[in-house]
Amino acid sequence: MTTRIFVPRDAAARAVGADRVAEALQAEVDRRQLDVTLVRTGSRGLFWLEPMIEVETSAGRVAYGPVKASDVPGLVEAGLSQGVAHPLRVGRPEEIPFLQRQTRVTFARCGVVDPLSLHDYRAHGGYRGLARARDLGPAGTIEEVTASGLRGRGGAGFPAGIKWKTAADAAADRKYVVCNADEGDSGTYADRMLMEGDPFSVIEGMTIAGYAVGAAKGYIYIRSEYPDAIRTMERAVAVARAAGCLNGFDLEIRVGAGAYVCGEETALLESIEGRRGQVRPKPPLPAHKGLFGCPTVINNLVTLSTVPAILADGAKAYAVLGMGRSRGTMPIQIAGNVRHGGLFEAPFGLTLGEIVDEIGGGTRNGRPIRAVQVGGPLGAYFPRALFDTPFDYEAYAARDGLIGHGGVVVFDDSVDMARQARFALEFCGIESCGKCTPCRIGSVRGVETIDRIIDGDRRDANLALIEDLCQTLKFGSLCALGGFTPYPVMSAIRHFPEDFGRPRHAVA
Amino acid sequence: MATWSEAEAREIVRRHSGREGPLLPILHDVQAAFGWVPPEAVRVVADALNLTRAEVHGVVSFYHDFRAGPAGRHVLKLCRAEACQSMGSEAMAQMILDRFGVAWGDTTADGAVTVEPIYCLGLCSCAPAAMLDGEPIGRLDRAVIDDIAREVGR
Ligand SMILES: Cc1cc2nc3c(=O)[nH]c(=O)nc-3n(C[C@H](O)[C@H](O)[C@H](O)COP(=O)(O)O)c2cc1C
Repeated sequence: MTTRIFVPRDAAARAVGADRVAEALQAEVDRRQLDVTLVRTGSRGLFWLEPMIEVETSAGRVAYGPVKASDVPGLVEAGLSQGVAHPLRVGRPEEIPFLQRQTRVTFARCGVVDPLSLHDYRAHGGYRGLARARDLGPAGTIEEVTASGLRGRGGAGFPAGIKWKTAADAAADRKYVVCNADEGDSGTYADRMLMEGDPFSVIEGMTIAGYAVGAAKGYIYIRSEYPDAIRTMERAVAVARAAGCLNGFDLEIRVGAGAYVCGEETALLESIEGRRGQVRPKPPLPAHKGLFGCPTVINNLVTLSTVPAILADGAKAYAVLGMGRSRGTMPIQIAGNVRHGGLFEAPFGLTLGEIVDEIGGGTRNGRPIRAVQVGGPLGAYFPRALFDTPFDYEAYAARDGLIGHGGVVVFDDSVDMARQARFALEFCGIESCGKCTPCRIGSVRGVETIDRIIDGDRRDANLALIEDLCQTLKFGSLCALGGFTPYPVMSAIRHFPEDFGRPRHAVA
Repeated sequence: MATWSEAEAREIVRRHSGREGPLLPILHDVQAAFGWVPPEAVRVVADALNLTRAEVHGVVSFYHDFRAGPAGRHVLKLCRAEACQSMGSEAMAQMILDRFGVAWGDTTADGAVTVEPIYCLGLCSCAPAAMLDGEPIGRLDRAVIDDIAREVGR
């Protein structure tokens, strides 16, 4: 019988040599004339083990990693296709603690299936959600999404069902569904992994959304920094279309052009329409007047990809997971200076300490963790004193932070928090769309002011100026780029005053 | 990369004529064809879409991707965002810039490579990250930098 060996084609796996491993494997298989087929998959998300390859045996899959191309001849010689013992053998993937502790709902298929095989997709539960949606009808589908408690995974955490209902209730002969795959936050890659590892879940989620709100056309806006994801998504749409899976719903992929602010929903719509990605004032809400002036549901890619599973297994199965008003699971992306970096999908509620110390295993270089930035470039830096914060929208907000798209970036004790605060303001200036003065100009003045603080020039006066500037940014910006830049800046000053030339006790 | 050709630019515009909001897809294709967005292209596109040249120029200049001049034979993008910073990306970048003798955004004198900053490639668990001619590179270190230098012929 043919043995299947799985090698990820995920961009991060390719970035550390997965293609070279696949080539070496194929060469070895050819040379030895083995009855082996190579299958390229997404990634399981255990990036310290990438490239991680898996062999299908009678006892299930067995994983090896991290594999270098030069390891391949030895591995094959030892009996890779039987899943034999080897220093690189990490056992059954499901039994690796990092995976075993997870609850994979949105990412159940990622790293397991051939991303472009509709057969695989269906065999692993795909398109059960759409079938159930059709049974429930549009209104029933929206009720189910609402009952699941699913909130937007792009950052703001707005209830998905309520957004859908608003668009469904809007009277118009043309409506749109837009998938936000701009994923600009450093430390995040959940959208990317799904596009590369399970693209049909995006397509099914959008098809369900279109059916529920009465939209016949959908756009997937993917950032240009993700060429692999764009390729896989394009192919998946073509496969789905050819197989008749879109069923009257038309899908088109649009590629961003390197503007972080285009992840903001109204800037994204402007960008699809062919303009500068400038933020629109709200109201009107996109659900009333969105793309080309039509009612539009715009959701993050993870939000949409989660919908098929919610419908397939019922709202209740999803809603029982989580804590407080954060229901279901969140794909937490553990990144930066961390030993076990990867995607960890779990019900809301894990503490930050559990995430970075236990699951992440501390820093990669073994030095103490000093700061963790949660929620991307607009998220706060948390010190160890706040590691008891549970992963939950409200708990982070209560501590002047945010969970955003689920990115967790770990820094060791060599980090200079004044430089991190400076970077937050610099990034705001680079990426500002230019519409709001505090964001466009304030960010630049902020960088200059932090530079003075770093130089030791009238520190107290300049810190007061920064605080004042942050107030202006917070209340004088149309969108969260200006509005939330104060989070990283002020958290750095508040929790790490010594890096700004102040004694620890000087700032509460 | 092709040299400027008005006929080709018009053909690109024509290919997208049935689309809603065709400007960004057109500009991407223009850059793919010519390596940058020449002023002549702005004129052709504005003309075809019934926009002013100022409007099209405004869009071109807004987005970091669109180039106002040709790049080198290779383009190396180095991530400067937080996850990569935590793994020492800034020192690594400085090493690369020094080695190639360029500043951010510059092309080496022999036209071999352009080095550009980028803010996140989604390779944050394999930091520091880079992209060479669209191919992802992770866990940047001295050995990987040597590979990159070899690849671009420096
Ligand atoms: C500066 C800025 C950047 C954003 N970037 C993204 C992004 O890359 N992806 C995303 O889904 N949402 C992003 N958002 C949030 C979107 O505006 C919007 O809330 C989201 O697309 C709604 O989808 P959801 O409800 O499913 O989360 C960003 C917001 C701001 C202010």
